[in-house]
Amino acid sequence: MGIALNTLLILLTALAIPGVINRTRALLAGRKGIPFVQHLRNVNLLLHKGSVYSTTTTALFRIAPAIYIGAAIVATLFIPVADLNPLISFEGDMVCFAYTLALARTILILAAMDTGSSFEGMGAAREALYGALIEPALMIAFATLAMFCGYTSFADIFAQEQSFNLNLTIVMFLVAYLFIRITFVESGRVPVDDPRTHLELTMIHEVMCLDYSGIDMALIHIAGWLKSACFAMIAANAVAATFCFHWWFATPFAILLTGITIGVVESTQARNKLVRNTTFIVTISALAALIFFLGYLLQLDINI
Amino acid sequence: MDYYITDNLSGAIPLKEIPEVEYAALYDDLKERLKQDSVHVAHYFATPDGNRLRFYIIILDDSKHSILVASYAMEYYDDVALPSLTALHPAMHVFEREISELYNVEFDSMPWNKPLRFSFDRRNRNSTIDNYPFYTIEGESLHEVNVGPIHAGIIEPGAFRFICNGENVLHLEIALGYQHRGIEHEFISTNNRLRQTLLAESIAGDSAVSHATAFATAIEKLCGKNAPDNLVIERCVGLELERMAMHIADTGALSTDVAYQLGQVACEALRTMTINTTQAWCGNRFGKGLIRPCGSNKPLTAEKVEMIRKNVNEIARRYSEVVDDICSSPTLLSRFEQCGTVPRTEIYRIGAVGMAARAAGAKRDIRASHPYGCFADKISHQSIKEHTGDVMARLMIRCREVAQSASYIEQMLAAYHPTAIPQPDYDIKLNPEAMAISLLEGWRGEICHVAITNIDGEISTYKVKDPSLHNWLALAIAVRGEGISDFPICNKSFNLSYCGHDL
Repeated sequence: MGIALNTLLILLTALAIPGVINRTRALLAGRKGIPFVQHLRNVNLLLHKGSVYSTTTTALFRIAPAIYIGAAIVATLFIPVADLNPLISFEGDMVCFAYTLALARTILILAAMDTGSSFEGMGAAREALYGALIEPALMIAFATLAMFCGYTSFADIFAQEQSFNLNLTIVMFLVAYLFIRITFVESGRVPVDDPRTHLELTMIHEVMCLDYSGIDMALIHIAGWLKSACFAMIAANAVAATFCFHWWFATPFAILLTGITIGVVESTQARNKLVRNTTFIVTISALAALIFFLGYLLQLDINI
Repeated sequence: MDYYITDNLSGAIPLKEIPEVEYAALYDDLKERLKQDSVHVAHYFATPDGNRLRFYIIILDDSKHSILVASYAMEYYDDVALPSLTALHPAMHVFEREISELYNVEFDSMPWNKPLRFSFDRRNRNSTIDNYPFYTIEGESLHEVNVGPIHAGIIEPGAFRFICNGENVLHLEIALGYQHRGIEHEFISTNNRLRQTLLAESIAGDSAVSHATAFATAIEKLCGKNAPDNLVIERCVGLELERMAMHIADTGALSTDVAYQLGQVACEALRTMTINTTQAWCGNRFGKGLIRPCGSNKPLTAEKVEMIRKNVNEIARRYSEVVDDICSSPTLLSRFEQCGTVPRTEIYRIGAVGMAARAAGAKRDIRASHPYGCFADKISHQSIKEHTGDVMARLMIRCREVAQSASYIEQMLAAYHPTAIPQPDYDIKLNPEAMAISLLEGWRGEICHVAITNIDGEISTYKVKDPSLHNWLALAIAVRGEGISDFPICNKSFNLSYCGHDL
């Protein structure tokens, strides 16, 4: 029962975040904006369409979306929603989670190179670089959680509400902040990438999907939402663990925290110059290392 | 060297008075003369004259505010190679390429002898746009990225070939000609003046008022009739409104390209307000139908004057808030500053004109150097200049020129008293065997129309020059050494016209 609810809630989070982002943007731009469920309608439309394939592509290109969304779904199943239990859980599943997502990224990069288009090759090169740079941040963030809680499985880390503890609160809030920043990179939002642009030369994620259409495109969109939901939920869990560890708090919190943050940033800030992205992402890794050491010191109960 | 010297306010030039010189003399003179920054060539073209090919060159001397005209001729099928001026002054490349493409005139040691726009009446029909000779560089670590000719979004066609080393652009070559409609030929294939006016309005959709004004001025010069004062004011108001609308639109477009939503939505709204003002005046948002030779169908009334003044003030006020926002946003500054730089020396060398030139501190502004209309007497125009020549400088030129244009419109309309303006005259006789040169500063830069009449007083040659013709090369220079992902904002910061180039 708990597991089914857990899966449903994370799915709900995945479907709701893009809607919150769009509504936030519309509100801040002073526009009426698109309806909350417009992204679902768009994907529904795509799901009802067939795909067109370029003659230069091979079978790899055709199976890539299936593997991509498959990996994203598996990754999602590792994530608990506060006090609920995820479907899959074992010792060290956080590492498995990270590399399932890496598999998703790899297959999309290979598919993009398969088209032979110079645009997509460019996008693939960028995605590979940023993927490699964000990996340390992700692993160090997980390590911080593991070190502080003493477990290497999401389900165990977020198993019960901790009694109030200032040290824990500090670390958990910092980890939540870290995951929000990672979300910007992983889901290709401003300031790293711009999902709305039509300029192929500046794209990262979008340019890798230029040759996809119809149902394949829909699967890639959904997989992207699932990825964002995973990180949003980890961030929400980290905050919830400190004072209100219930699924009815963590779910709306994950949706609003990520949706509004991304919406506000996308409304008020310009995108990075591409070369500055490297700095942006390495900074996240540096921040992760800093939080790790802070967590380590706090665990030793050093007074600060 | 013997030149016919005139200025932008004088009437048509009788063809007989334009001196015909030897090419060698012209070459020697231009070799030295064009070294001055204040001198540049407004137009240089060849046109059949009986059984000869006659070349006209129109030189602008900004410091003396004068226009110098000279000509030379050669036999139609002469195959003597002329020494190339491009080799000395790269700014001449567009003109020599056009002449060479149309009439097979050979220019000796011409460094970049490539087709310009693949005119339908080009001499060598085997040279087609599909086999454009792109420049290539060999290298293990280099790769080519081809963009276009069909682009994402609703822009015109044009092929861009980048040679990149990783993310960095080593070289960009721009192949144009896809939009060629034979507009110059259309002008002479009809004697219907209204039809010609409509053609002028459609040379470049974003400069409809500018090109129509240039055409109307050329016609008025050819018939020796000065436009009444109020008509001159109305045209200047139309021109400045067009400048405001396009500058605001480009501010919005630059914001869109760096994903800055606030700037985008604010500018889109203001641009709509500006073009709606034009629409409320003349019925068309782009000012089509506003400018007609020797008169106007849409004279300003007292109510319209009030409406324009009110809207323009409102737009200027709200736009200045957007500008403040942009200038105080570090994320935007880090995108725009030191990106796509074209230094002043390079601007002069390649002959860039208009706001792109002023962004690098170059003095290229027809309103100041060759004043016309209200700029000749009522307004003393101070050119706005920036110095860095980067995307930010081009954006700041736009921001400041919007405010300046708004103040000019206010100044012109505050003193405006509506009087009867004649209806356009489409049947007026033109002086035979004369040349009219009409120069003005469109929002993008220098627009030059040249009309030549034959012995019957019909237009026998009509040459159009949109500033895009020169500035496309500036864009290619701007992206050298930049990341390829910054190409879109460099491109938007120039916002050049494909059809203005292709004609």
